[in-house]
Amino acid sequence: MKILVCISKTPDTTAKIAFADNNTKFAAEGVQWIINPYDEWYALVRAIELKEANPAVVLHLINVGNADNEPIIRKALALGGDEAIRINSEISDSFNVAAQIAAIAKEGNYDLVFTGKETIDYNGSSIGGMIAELLDLPFISHAVTFDIEGNNATVTREIEGGEEVDKATLPLVVSCQKGMAEQRIPNMKGIMGARTKPLKVMEPIAADILTSIASFDLPPVKAGVKLVSAENPEELVRLLHEEAKAF
Amino acid sequence: MVLVFIDQSEGHIKKSSFEAACYAATVAAQLGTSAEAVLLGVTSDNLSSLGNYGVKKVHTIANETLTNFDAQLYTKAIAQVVETTNADVIVFSNNTTGKAVAPRLSAKLKAGLVTGAIALPDTSNGFTVKKTVFSGKAFANININTPKKIIALNPNSFNVSITTDTAEVVPFNTSVDASKIVVSAINKVTGEVSLSEADIVVSGGRGLKGPENWGLVTELATLLGAATACSRPVADIHWRPHHEHVGQTGLAIAPNLYIAIGISGAIQHLAGVNRSKIIVVINKDPEAPFFKAADYGIVGDAFEVMPKIIEAVRKIKATA
Repeated sequence: MKILVCISKTPDTTAKIAFADNNTKFAAEGVQWIINPYDEWYALVRAIELKEANPAVVLHLINVGNADNEPIIRKALALGGDEAIRINSEISDSFNVAAQIAAIAKEGNYDLVFTGKETIDYNGSSIGGMIAELLDLPFISHAVTFDIEGNNATVTREIEGGEEVDKATLPLVVSCQKGMAEQRIPNMKGIMGARTKPLKVMEPIAADILTSIASFDLPPVKAGVKLVSAENPEELVRLLHEEAKAF
Repeated sequence: MVLVFIDQSEGHIKKSSFEAACYAATVAAQLGTSAEAVLLGVTSDNLSSLGNYGVKKVHTIANETLTNFDAQLYTKAIAQVVETTNADVIVFSNNTTGKAVAPRLSAKLKAGLVTGAIALPDTSNGFTVKKTVFSGKAFANININTPKKIIALNPNSFNVSITTDTAEVVPFNTSVDASKIVVSAINKVTGEVSLSEADIVVSGGRGLKGPENWGLVTELATLLGAATACSRPVADIHWRPHHEHVGQTGLAIAPNLYIAIGISGAIQHLAGVNRSKIIVVINKDPEAPFFKAADYGIVGDAFEVMPKIIEAVRKIKATA
């Protein structure tokens, strides 16, 4: 079985969100970069667990981005995986990124493509579905568990107000979220081993760009909190009911 | 024409679809055209009443196979309706179905997609849609540069208004392939309000000291018809199920009223809730960062304050 895990680079969850160039670009200066948590904690770690359970599994990682992304890719390799592919492209339109990954997935005949449920920067939640459509494969999104027996996968996915258990045969595209696996920290052996794992750099294919970012805005600043005394919590209920009309 | 996808679960239309229908009708009016809807699978709901939300026509493919969700088959069916009706803009609710189908449809039709939209498109110069980014810490205005456009609207982003109009229901004839996905179980937590669609959310954090104290959260939630939520540490230590976790790596929500009890308000938590219209914070630590993001607050011990709040709400509800 061949698994391809899609890895994205995002600002750290505590990074200050600010914009530059007339609010058209994310102010990246001084920002710590991490592997998108959904890609790392859930998609990648679950794929590593599948490989640990079955050493015949071939596990490749893929990232679309410039050479600045390589530390993140090496960190992912330190957690596990046999090799990584970086598509050398700066384009951030989700369709274009998905087209790059789909081309590699098709050529490499992967049985399983894992993505995170979304990235924590653009929150697109789009790449997995787009890859699946470009490959004409079934897609299960927001998976919280994934198990496999031979070619038969059992996947639990989140739905509004609960969960649904799906069964499907490989090949398959799955987007992963909390529940799939537990976060891991790379050990020294992994970090040393990652240095010598292959990291192939490939040039992008020609693909459409369907959208572009016009500008960014920050949310308006709140007017300030209205504090009610802990001696009189009934007053808070009255304010919510009569002033805010919140219930 | 603006086509809105109406999502059903086990034969019933989801609440977020009515909001998407109103949004689609308003986009249609803005573009000088009309809105129509597409519904897949078998439902027992009255579909002509979708006209109340502004759609003129409902295209239905009442095929049993489509009653269960399969992103691949849904995409194919919707694409056929788009082609036949010549829809220019397709609207989804950005719920679990929309997040799986809208990107597929985008790739299939080469139609630019904005997910997580929170406002009507700006059509003064092209077609620009505002969406949340950085998990709610900022917004991006995205240009869709293709003739066909897809918008997935975040739940609780658009005001629902109702008329007495009705819609014409028309069966759409097409063949449906066998699904490659077998749904073997649907486990819904019954009696609870869906978190992403809830108007009011009551949420608890580590300040509540243990799962045995969650009655303070659930009792208030039941009185208010609210959904319950929790902070990440609470889900991580299994006091509450992880589907209740709101925040940067959990669910991002935008209810009318968010009540946070014993949650300090780490930046990652705020990212998931700061689009709530009214935020109420109850915390005994006056330095809790959450107070900076709150509209109303009480600095006090939840165990003393909450029973009084619950009683006060109960009184109002009893006289309402």
